[in-house]
Order: sequence, then C-alpha cells, then structure tokens
Amino acid sequence: MTEVTMTVNGKSVSAQAEGRTLLVNYLREGLGLTGTHVGCDTSQCGACVVHVDGKAVKSCTVFAMDVAGAQVLTIEGMANADGSLGVVQQAFQDHHGLQCGFCTPGMVMTTAALLADNPRPTEAEVRHELEGNICRCTGYHNIVKAVLAASGQDAGAMAAE
Amino acid sequence: MHNFEFVKPSSIADAALALSGEGAQPLSGGQTLLPTMKQRLAAPEVLVSLTGIAEMQGVCTGDGGLHIGAATPHVVVAREAASHFPALAALAGGIGDPAVRNRGTIGGSVANNDPAACYPAAVLASGAVVVTNRRKIEADDYFQGMFTTALEEGEFITSVVFPIPQKAAYVKFNQPASRFALTAVFVAKFDGGVRVAVTGASNNGVFRWAEAEAALSADFAASAIAGLTVPDTDMISDLHGSAAYRANLVKVLTGRAVTAAR
Amino acid sequence: MPKDTGIGASTKRREDIRFLTGRGVYTDDLSLHGQTFAVMVRSTVAHGRIVSIDTAAVEAMPGVLAVFTGEDFKDVGGNPAGWLINSRDGTPMREPKRPVLAHGKVRHVGDAYAAVIAETYAQAKDAAQVLSDATVIEDLPAVVDMRGAVADASNRVHDEIPDNVCFDWGWIEDNRAAVDAAMKAAPHVVTLELTNNRLVPNAMEPRASIGEYFPGTGDYKLTTTSQNPHLTRLLVCAFVMGIPENKLQVVAPDVGGGFGSKIYHYGEEALVLAAAKRLGRPVRWTAERTESFLSDAHGRDHVTKIEMGCTLEGDILAIRTETLANVGAYLSNFSTATPTFLHGTLMAGPYKVPHVYVNVKAVFTNTAPVDAYRGAGRPEATYSIERVVDKMCRELGLDPFEVRRRNLLTPDQFPYTTPVGLVYDTGNYQATLDKAVELADVAGFEARRADSAKRGKLRGMGLSTWIEACGIAPSHLVGVLGARVGLYDAATVRVNATGTISVMTGAHSHGQGHETVFPQIVAEKLGIDASSVEIVHGDTAKIPFGMGSYGSRSLAVAGSAMDRAIDKIIAKGKKIAAHMLEAAEGDITFADGKFSVAGTDKAKTFGEIAFSAYVPHNYPLETLEPGLEETAFYDPANFTYPAGAYICEVEVDEGTGKVDVVSFTCADDFGNVMNPMIVEGQVHGGVGQGIGQAVLESTTYDENGQLLTGSYMDYAMPRADDVPFYTVDHSCNTPCTHNPLGVKGCGEAGAIGSPPAVVNAVIDALQRGGHTHVTHIDMPVSPNRVWQAINA
Repeated sequence: MTEVTMTVNGKSVSAQAEGRTLLVNYLREGLGLTGTHVGCDTSQCGACVVHVDGKAVKSCTVFAMDVAGAQVLTIEGMANADGSLGVVQQAFQDHHGLQCGFCTPGMVMTTAALLADNPRPTEAEVRHELEGNICRCTGYHNIVKAVLAASGQDAGAMAAE
Repeated sequence: MHNFEFVKPSSIADAALALSGEGAQPLSGGQTLLPTMKQRLAAPEVLVSLTGIAEMQGVCTGDGGLHIGAATPHVVVAREAASHFPALAALAGGIGDPAVRNRGTIGGSVANNDPAACYPAAVLASGAVVVTNRRKIEADDYFQGMFTTALEEGEFITSVVFPIPQKAAYVKFNQPASRFALTAVFVAKFDGGVRVAVTGASNNGVFRWAEAEAALSADFAASAIAGLTVPDTDMISDLHGSAAYRANLVKVLTGRAVTAAR
Repeated sequence: MPKDTGIGASTKRREDIRFLTGRGVYTDDLSLHGQTFAVMVRSTVAHGRIVSIDTAAVEAMPGVLAVFTGEDFKDVGGNPAGWLINSRDGTPMREPKRPVLAHGKVRHVGDAYAAVIAETYAQAKDAAQVLSDATVIEDLPAVVDMRGAVADASNRVHDEIPDNVCFDWGWIEDNRAAVDAAMKAAPHVVTLELTNNRLVPNAMEPRASIGEYFPGTGDYKLTTTSQNPHLTRLLVCAFVMGIPENKLQVVAPDVGGGFGSKIYHYGEEALVLAAAKRLGRPVRWTAERTESFLSDAHGRDHVTKIEMGCTLEGDILAIRTETLANVGAYLSNFSTATPTFLHGTLMAGPYKVPHVYVNVKAVFTNTAPVDAYRGAGRPEATYSIERVVDKMCRELGLDPFEVRRRNLLTPDQFPYTTPVGLVYDTGNYQATLDKAVELADVAGFEARRADSAKRGKLRGMGLSTWIEACGIAPSHLVGVLGARVGLYDAATVRVNATGTISVMTGAHSHGQGHETVFPQIVAEKLGIDASSVEIVHGDTAKIPFGMGSYGSRSLAVAGSAMDRAIDKIIAKGKKIAAHMLEAAEGDITFADGKFSVAGTDKAKTFGEIAFSAYVPHNYPLETLEPGLEETAFYDPANFTYPAGAYICEVEVDEGTGKVDVVSFTCADDFGNVMNPMIVEGQVHGGVGQGIGQAVLESTTYDENGQLLTGSYMDYAMPRADDVPFYTVDHSCNTPCTHNPLGVKGCGEAGAIGSPPAVVNAVIDALQRGGHTHVTHIDMPVSPNRVWQAINA
C-alpha cells in the first residue's frame, strides 16, 4: 500500500492504494465518494466516468497511481457553490433524464465534458458522444433532450414532440 | 486483478530500463490492458506507465510525414491530425467513446494489434513506420497476425510516422456490442499506388487486400472493384458475422471508402 | 391547461436531487464496521458432477475467513417456484430443488457451488480463483438446445426428470377441439415459426447483498437489490433458511433498475446471511457484470409455432400456438407463470377471435434460469400475434392497418371475455390506432421512402396493435391459476401530529418515481402541499406487507391501497371534525383540505384535525381512538388492460444489412395518467428495450453451454445512437373501471408493443425493396442476419 495524493473536487486528498487500485475504488472506498458507480468490468458502460485534468475518463480503467497529483472532478463536485444543481444536473431533472439514477453520474460527467468541447452540439453529435454511457431505463430520449437543453437549445422542438 | 508494482518513468531511457526487468510490461492508456488484467488474462509483475513521458506525446509534421508520439491519446490525434491527414484524424475520433479516446493511445493500440482495432488499418494502409526505443519497423514487417507484432521483449513503440496520402478514407462497420470494427477498411491513395488495409475481418489480423490495390491503382473508383470477390477462407466467423458476411463487408466498405476518400 | 401540481401534473422528480449529486445510496455504497467480502465460486462448465472441492487450499490464504460449499446448505430448503403449473394430463409440474449453493452437480455456467469470505474484496477474489482451480468437476454432456433437450432423453439436467420437461400446459384445453375444427374450416391458414430471443435484463446496477447478524437479539438484516423486500423476506424465511420472519429485516435501498431481474430471491442473499451469522460480522457481496450475465435470471427464450386461421378478407377465425419455453437449469420464482398465465392468456390480443388454443412446454436446459423480464410473457404473446397478422396481410395482399381495424374489439364490446380466460374491462383500440396513424404521418410515408431511396436505403413501416394484462394481480384469480402467493398490496398513511404525512407503501421504486408521484395523489386527495408528504418504501421494518413492484402494478395495486387508506383518513377526519364542529358526521364534507359543515361556513383545516387526533383534548375518546393513521390492503378485482398502437419506420442498408430505427410512434391507453412526464419516460424506456430486443440483443450459448455473450463486448446494449427520438401519446384514455384511480399501468407497454413493430417494418422494407422471398427474420435483426436473409 502506498499513499496516493490527488486533488478531488478542489480538495487535496490522500488515501492508501495498491498498484492495482483503480481510480474508481480509490474514490469509492478510499475517499467514500460513492456517487461514481461501477456498472461493468469491460470499460463499456460509463457509470464510472469522472474528469481527470478536465477530461472525461472511465475511472474503472485508470489506476489511481497513474493519476496521482491530478485534478479529479466527480459527480459530488458538480453542484453550484450554494448547493443548487449545476446547469447539466438541472437539465437532467427538468427533462426527466434519469430514472433509477445509477448511470446518471456518468451521464452528467460525460455531458459536462461534451459541452465544454462543443457548446452547441447537434442531436447526432450528442448521441455519438454518449456512445460510451449505457442507460437501461430511459431509452435515451430524455437524456438527449437534457443534454440539448443544457446547451441552451430548444430540446422540445428538436425532439419533435 | 493480480497485484503488481507500478512505476511511471518520465523518459524513454528510464522506461527502457524499467522494462528490461523480469515480468515488466508497458502500460499506455490501458483501455484494453486494464479490462484484460481484470479478467486475469494478463498478470504483469511490474507495470510501467508510458503516459508520463513528454517525448512520446504529440503530433507534428517532419521527415517522412506525420509523426505521432506513441503515448498521444486518440482525442489529440483526432484534433491535431485533422488538417494534415483527415482520414487518420477521423479514424482516431471514431475509436471507442470520448472517455476511451481521452486515455487510449496510438502506441497502445498498435502494440496490442487487436484484430478488430482501428489504428492497425491506418498504419498498414499508409505504409507507416513504427518507431521503437530500439529501431524503425516498416508497417508491412510490423504486423504478424492477431495480437502478434515484430516487437521484442522490452521493446516499446515511441512514435509512429505516417506518410500522408493524396486521398484516403477509413470506413468502419461497428460490431454492435463492443463498437470495435466488425470489419473496417482504410484506403490510401499515394503517387505510387493505392494501399487497402482491412481490420476486423481476418483470422490473421490486419491485412492488405492486394487485388483491390491493383484495381484501384489503375482506376481509383468504387466501380474498379465491382468484379472482385473476397475469399472467405481466412475470415473470422463469430456470432456477430459469418466469414461470408465479413468477406462481403470487405468489398462493400472498400467501395465506400474509395467514394469517401479525400 | 396542464396542471402544475397534483394528479396529472408533470411534477419534477424529488428523488433526482440525490441521484444527480451522487448522494443516492445503493447497496454497494454502504460501508459497515467490521465488514467482510464474499466472492462466489462459479461453475465454468455447463453441466458437471462435483467430485471434490479442496477448501483447505484456500483456508490459510491471507485474509480468508470462511469458505462455504453446497454441503453447508444441503439441509436447508430450496428457492421455490412461486406458481404451480399443471400439465395437460393433470400432473403437477416437475420442481427440482434449487439450492443456495450447487451440491452434487453444477447445472449451468455461472452456477455457484462455493463462496469465499475474506477481509478484503481482493483477498476473497484471489482465494476464489485458487478454490476454482482446486475443484474437480467431472464434465457431463450439456443440454443446451430446447428441441434437443426434449428429443434426446439420454441427457438430463436433473436426474429425476427424464425428458427435461417441467410441464406441458394447454390453455384452454377445452378449446382445443373447437380450435382444430375452426382451423380446418378456415379459408386460409397462416403459419409462422419464430424465436423470441433470450435477453439479459441488464439493470445498470449489478445485484448486491449485505448480510448482518446481531447475536444480542438473534436478528438478521439483509440489505439487497430487490424490487420486493417482503417477498424476499418470505422466501428466505419460509422456504430457504427457516429464519422466523420477525427476525429478518430486509432493506432494498436505492436500487439501480430491475426490469424483473430483481424480483427474485437469489442464493447470494441466503449466503451472506448464513456467513454473517457464522462470522459475527457483516458480509457483503456485489456482482461483477460478468456474474450478472451468468447468474441473473434471463428473459424470454421461446420457440413458437403459431397458426392463424382467417378469411380471405382478413377476419381472424382461430389462433393456435405451440411453444417451447426455456426455464434454464432451475425454476426461478416466477418462471413457471411467465410462459403460461402471463403469455397464454394474452394470445387473443386486442382482437375478437372466436377460438384460441395455446400449448406451452417448459424445458430445463443447462443455462441460466429464465424468468420474467419487462413485459414477461406478454411481449412473447404480442410478438407472435403481431408477426403472424403481418404475415397474413402479406399472404392475402391486405392492408395491415385495415386488417387491424377489421379485427380490433370495439368500445361497445366491453366488458369482453376472451377465449383464453380474461375479461377486458374497457378500451378504445380504434382511437389509439387512429392517433398513431396521425402522429406517425402514415400518409407521408411514400415521400419519406423516396427520400431514403435517394440515400441508398430501403425504408419500411411496421405496425403493432397490442394489449397486455397487468396490475398484477387479483389473488383469487391467480390462486386458481396456480400462484402460491396473493398479489394484493398495502399502504399505511400516517398523518403526523403536525400535519405532515408519511406513506409507507408496499411498492418499491427503482426508477419509477414513486417518491414524486405518490405524493401528488395524496396532496390532491387531501388538499395539502405535496412537499409535506414523504414516501417510505423498501424496508420490511417500516412498511406494511406488500408485494413490491413488477408487472406494472405499483400504481394500480399499491396506489389503490394508498387511495383506500386516504379514504379511511378522510372518514376518520370527518368524525373528528363532527365532534369539534358540533355537527352530525353526515353533514361534514371534505374538500380542498377542509372539513366543513355543509351549508355553513364552519370548518376545520386538515392540520387542525390532525393536531386534534394527536392532542385529543377536545375529542370523542369514548367512541374514537386517537391518532390519525390508516392502513389498507388492496386486492384488485381484475387485471388492468393497457393497450395501444405502435408504428415504426426503419431504414435498411442492403450492403451491410444494418437496420436503423428512424422513427417510432406510440399511442397508448394507460387509463388515467398521474404524471405525464413519468409515464412518457416509462414508454421511452420500454421502447428502448424493445428496440434492443428487436435489433441488437442476443443471448447466445454455444453447444457446450458456454455463454458467448457474457459481457458488453458481445451483448449489444442499445446506445444513444441506436435509437431515435420517440413520439409518445397517451391522450386516448379509457380509465380502468375497477380501481379507484382509474389507472392501468405503463411500465411494460413499450417493451411489449415495440418488437413486432420493428420486425414488421424490416420485412416491409425488404419486401418493398424487391426482396420478396424474405417473409421473416428472427430477432435480433442483426446486420449479419438481414444480409444473409437478403442473399439467401
């Protein structure tokens, strides 16, 4: 075991890790940040997506030691300073973009990264960029709407309801 | 996953030293290696991360074409190769998903040589040179069958140098579950002729389709391959596609790549 | 104007706040003092005799605390089937014991035969690998293919079941002769053989369980990923472990999706309880995704031959089906009900069909158990009917819309008794069909087809008109049908002294939004603000005995119980108000949160009445108990019958065989709608899963019983770019006639109605594209299959 230090949600933190400790285990077990979930073991589902130095990564497919010293952002760090929902979070609630909530943290983190790169994506771009996040509840309809709405676009009109 | 010692050198020389030890294995983006280790199909004693080596990062033009550092993630290639080699950039932008593209690297993909990976098709169709900590290897010599390459023990890729074709395109047909290539074709047209590389289809890994290259070198149009047939003898047959189906895809996708090439 | 509060309002979900901020608490998020970790050791072969398990090989490994094998559970009970099905000859189904851990034999890849408990997960995992290597299992021939299982009696999944048949069921046996005669006399008979593909439910949260034992009291606690904690408690206590029910608390905290797979009790739940008792420490287990693929109950997996007799004008005269239904290696809790009473009873569809006969043989194989998955039997019935109707239209050159209109039951025919034992209470199937035709712009299809053709794609349109029976279920009826439980539900409405309300419900929310919707109903009925109502669910120590959530039953059954309990609250409130207002009880009315004396301005607010009930200073104590808390159990009088019409358009790429679903339109009748936003979300999700079944998802075992689709690398889950925006309508409502809210249920509809619409559209595209030899392709209509069909 080695002490691994990084900055998570703006705070410098340390926890014990082995070589094989995945970032997601470091967050969940080492730091008690259980908002980041594990939904598969083949790096497909995206429930574990967090940001490392501003980039969305699958925290189940990164060793904690490999990102020692990095800036990590998780779902627990996404609300506004006053505790209210951030723009992406609010759009997901407004558009019913979640049901069971298990894939939601990964969806929110992927969306935030997507919009940072591409502030006004098309529907097709949104669907393509969400390729690595699996949701079993929503059929994606309201997730795509939420992402479009979070980008300031008229999601209702684009969904042609 | 078995435990291991984790080291993260900051220079090629240090990495070479670390990898000369018993049971050491390089780790690049880890997007294939980690899932493999979770399944206990790989159990290195020492894992040497190559992502902290500045001299293995980045995209630039130079002798022989476009130089891409082996530890450059797909997302950077997708962005920075776009003006030089759009087909290569598009390929990089279509690998996996955004999170995978942020971590996965060209060196990792080419070193692993998964028979359904995208990059090997680009490397082979472009006639790229695989540069390692020890030598330069021509693409035609590098790929030696699925998951098999010319890399020796302790040798690792430091960069890949791509000659830039006049026109090229990569057309990938996704395996519906993994989103790897069920079959994909990279077509590259150079002064000296056309190269066609196919991934995802063959039991022997990425390969060049010689008949199509000859036909397209004479006439770079989808119609030029209309009369060709792809034998299905060495094609992969699995639950996602029969050998005959993959042989069909090779031809269909080659035609579409030619049409799309720019 | 849409309402902004109460019944019918698209109230935003309150539970979203915790899910969106990472503060949901799922089972695996809990961390307990002194906790230990269990890893299951699972069979790598489909069928084998356990020769030896060398537990000594791991007992001394670092961190290992205990090893369990089937031997440890051989004297406790088995996990039972919840429904007893009798065969046509009157004999009861064959019901092999399903042990906590396999004993003697392993019967499918993933069948757990041992478990290792260690201080850390990594240590348990390391030891499990060593134990697996130290186990000798003698390979036996695997029974994988259902037809082979029935035909070849030499291979047996269970030694005591000679032909691998669980039951051979006829529904309704007395119909058989009339159906045969009608079929013989029919001017035309359409025959179709089809497979309803096996699916893995794939809730995104893998199953997880934590066992605790409290030696001071002898109490157990199980925290687990369950859709129905009371059912789990009942099964663990009464059938498997022999723990008194009052000594086991079962908690299902936030649960990340279920879709049926978390209805059932699984062996891991018993294992963690037994291990917690032995070790005196909490024992936790969480499935890896691959374990979920291997050991969660799968869904569907029918092979069916359906025949439909009809006139040349398309009037349906008779339907006859023969089905082989895979139950896997053991009977999961609902597995015998799913292919029978949730399937055979629906085989008349929404049509007036005089004669229907259904035969189902349930077959044991060396594969994972198969049970109810979203829709459960009804998707299988709907797919068979809607595909054969479509084939009939093609064979007779008839318009599929007209043929549906010709055969659909009309509103004046309700209540309608089907030939397969159900009484449809109400509906307007023409209205939903007309609405779907309008919303899908069927008239504009040709123009869209021409546009697709310009882009080199074949376009097709497919229709499905569907009905289901849900709101499961009237106990007296299911009792007759073989159920070993009642299927009522319960609610306690507790008005707190300060006027806020806690509702303890037997329903369980794992994505459905009960925490938001149930308060909307309470608020509307009591004239109070929804924010003062809290829903308590998922904990047997807190809620009345309820049967949980599945079969689109939460609102129709548990919601009705809640409605009844509220009525009792109002009735008692009137008594209190009558006393306080010095009026006759019969003169008290309740509206807008006030108890008033009719015809006067004398009134007491709901809060004043609640306060009086708990501070009974001015109160009729001689005739009325203090307090304001009421419980109601509700047993539905009938199933509910949601119905609708779905229209799908696809584009097919001839070169690759790839199918793209480009539009999907749903017009549904769910009865009264409590929260349109949530109802629409349920339909979206169901349709997404239905498109998944139709186009992408395949659960494939090889001939040795190895699961080839054991991860997301090979099991194709629908992704965002596999589906379009859906058009969803629920305006054509006929309220349910027999429950107080007039609701029918919407959770499964999308998954039931959509697969045939997709496949019908694919066949339509190919037919219109000149591939007239293609009359059927089995699901999933994968690129490989479509290409092969085109080029056959």
